[in-house]
Amino acid sequence: MRRHPQDRTLSAPVTVSFDYTRSVGPVLGRFLTGLRDGQFVGARLSDGRVVVPPPEFDPVTHRATADFVDVAETGTVTSWTWVSEPVAGQPFDRPFAFALVTLDGTDAPLLHAVDVASPDEISTGLKVRARWATERTGAITDVVFVPDTGTAAPAAPVAGEGEVTGIVTPVSLDYTYAASPEESAFFRGLAEGRLVAQRCPQCRKVYVPPRPACPVDGVPTVEEIELSDTGTVTTFCIVNVPFLGQKITPPYVSAYILLDGADIALQHLILDIPVEEIRMGLRVKAVWKPREEWGTTIENISHFAPTGDADADYDTYKHHL
Amino acid sequence: MGKTPAAVIGVGQTHHRAKREDVSMAGLCREAMDRALEDAGMTLDEIDAIVVGKAPDLFEGVMMPELYLAEALGAVGKPLLRVHTAGSVGGSTAIVAASLVQSGVHKKVLTVAFEKQSESNAMWALSVPVPFVMPVHAGAGGYFAPHVRSYIRRSGAPGHIGAIVAAKDRTNALKNPYAHLHNEGTTVESVLASQMLWDPIRYDETCPSSDGACALVIAADDIAAVSPNPAWIHGTVMRSEPTTAAERDQVNPQAGRDAAAALWKQAGITSPIDEIDAAEIYVPFSWFEPMWLENLGFAEEGAGWKLTEAGETAMTGRIPVNCSGGVLSSNPIGASGMLRFGEAALQVRGAAGEHQVDGARKALGHAYGGGSQFFAMWVVGADKPAN
Repeated sequence: MRRHPQDRTLSAPVTVSFDYTRSVGPVLGRFLTGLRDGQFVGARLSDGRVVVPPPEFDPVTHRATADFVDVAETGTVTSWTWVSEPVAGQPFDRPFAFALVTLDGTDAPLLHAVDVASPDEISTGLKVRARWATERTGAITDVVFVPDTGTAAPAAPVAGEGEVTGIVTPVSLDYTYAASPEESAFFRGLAEGRLVAQRCPQCRKVYVPPRPACPVDGVPTVEEIELSDTGTVTTFCIVNVPFLGQKITPPYVSAYILLDGADIALQHLILDIPVEEIRMGLRVKAVWKPREEWGTTIENISHFAPTGDADADYDTYKHHL
Repeated sequence: MGKTPAAVIGVGQTHHRAKREDVSMAGLCREAMDRALEDAGMTLDEIDAIVVGKAPDLFEGVMMPELYLAEALGAVGKPLLRVHTAGSVGGSTAIVAASLVQSGVHKKVLTVAFEKQSESNAMWALSVPVPFVMPVHAGAGGYFAPHVRSYIRRSGAPGHIGAIVAAKDRTNALKNPYAHLHNEGTTVESVLASQMLWDPIRYDETCPSSDGACALVIAADDIAAVSPNPAWIHGTVMRSEPTTAAERDQVNPQAGRDAAAALWKQAGITSPIDEIDAAEIYVPFSWFEPMWLENLGFAEEGAGWKLTEAGETAMTGRIPVNCSGGVLSSNPIGASGMLRFGEAALQVRGAAGEHQVDGARKALGHAYGGGSQFFAMWVVGADKPAN
């Protein structure tokens, strides 16, 4: 009987986030410069239509857009949707509408936010007007729309100089990472101080961590084998490079360690030996963290350290390079 | 029914730089595309289909950029495909474009590949920690350095071979106006004196981080026949394999060996080193030149470094490798493979400018990606293939 997937797999949260530095090019730069200055800038296309934001290239001639026109800050809602539960990064932290707004004098709608308190206050055909942010940076968030009451808000002062050439786009993604059932067995074994490998039923190779699919035969590794925590360094590199998001302070040795009895090497850290003395064939043993710090992770092993034994013969590991 | 013969009739690329802050992604692609179209004497309206390639979306943080690029790339009303095979993507994208012509589906296909590395940080994007596993990963260099060490051990190569490659490619790049790095006076000694980053890989033995794009126009034989200098496609091959498997050969991967053997057979080549006049091989870290020379069959296993050491991979050698300066001089990742394919085409068209190999008739374009697990390669020739 198969257990429920939740019982079989370990999962953990992962957040991937980065502030992307986006160069916008001359056409979108012109549009964003306009927003910073409190002015919508559109383009007259080869077919005579006026479009905001200006497309970078003319859809008919494919030439770079060059005929820019200033556009009114009033327009009409042509379609809309209600955002009842706003999420982080949206224009408002309260319910609002996303709408297609066709600015007066233009021929295609702009997608933007309309600040109304309930869906009863917005409808197709509603006249809207721009409401400019007081501090503007040259981004689409410099402006929102509100129902047009017939009076223009006072124009806020121009906020910057020169052309806008880029924007910063923060991106943050939250994932739940799930290990496979086979890997989960390995990580659970680690929580008990054991190294649990599995053998492929077809090629008989011993995988550590075990696999949901043997890369050669495509079947899960099944037969459990407990490995000792000693092995041989097959190859390695010394990381001297610092980089964003790095978890270990360089310099450090990232090594492939072929545990005794395994048919594939595991990547881990080598310490307790001068970096210049680390070599291929070095015999090493796991150094475990104090038991109270253990979890379901390979990081229960702090690092590997030399056993002091003679180096392994090249022939014993050369087929693992 | 056999394949429709196809040829590259237009090649375009950007000036590759660390930061192209003057253009958007669309502008970058169009710069390469417009040059390729001008070279082909064609307009975007004449193109039947567009095939776009780039490496992981995390590099620019735009999910499926081909969606937003469709109009700027002139793909409205036409098929638009996006290809992704990690670092080899520029090569496999060109092969997908070629296959659309060779299959008889389309006559004129434009393909473009790009990367705008300045929008983020590839080292970060390639090292996002995975729960439960040891966070020892350190970007592409950290991945490949142990395998370079394995190559050195296995082949018995002297320690300065990588520096020879780096000095050669950086010197070649001085002849290529599009190359990102134009480092005058790079010598074996200066490379060896540069900082050790991912021991055994030094700073000067690594590729730069570039913004750039490359585009090709590929046409069927009736159109190519009236082009002044078509680069005829003599063979295209892609192969893949798992990143890790028990006893997988990480130095001389099976997929690369199999791809090369299939490629030479397709192209009717029995002795690659004698029949290929110029090779553009994906060498992001210097030591991959001798490694791939062996993997591709230009040398016996363990002997690739001897060709490098003897100067046989220099522009005047038996098998000139990366006369353009290669990936070591320009690395807009997604475009890097297509640049290899495009530079091979330029060589057989006699259009490589100062880095032209005299009288080149057949050339190799090669790309690899992932953990040396995706391979894409083609042979182009000045003459229409016989078969």
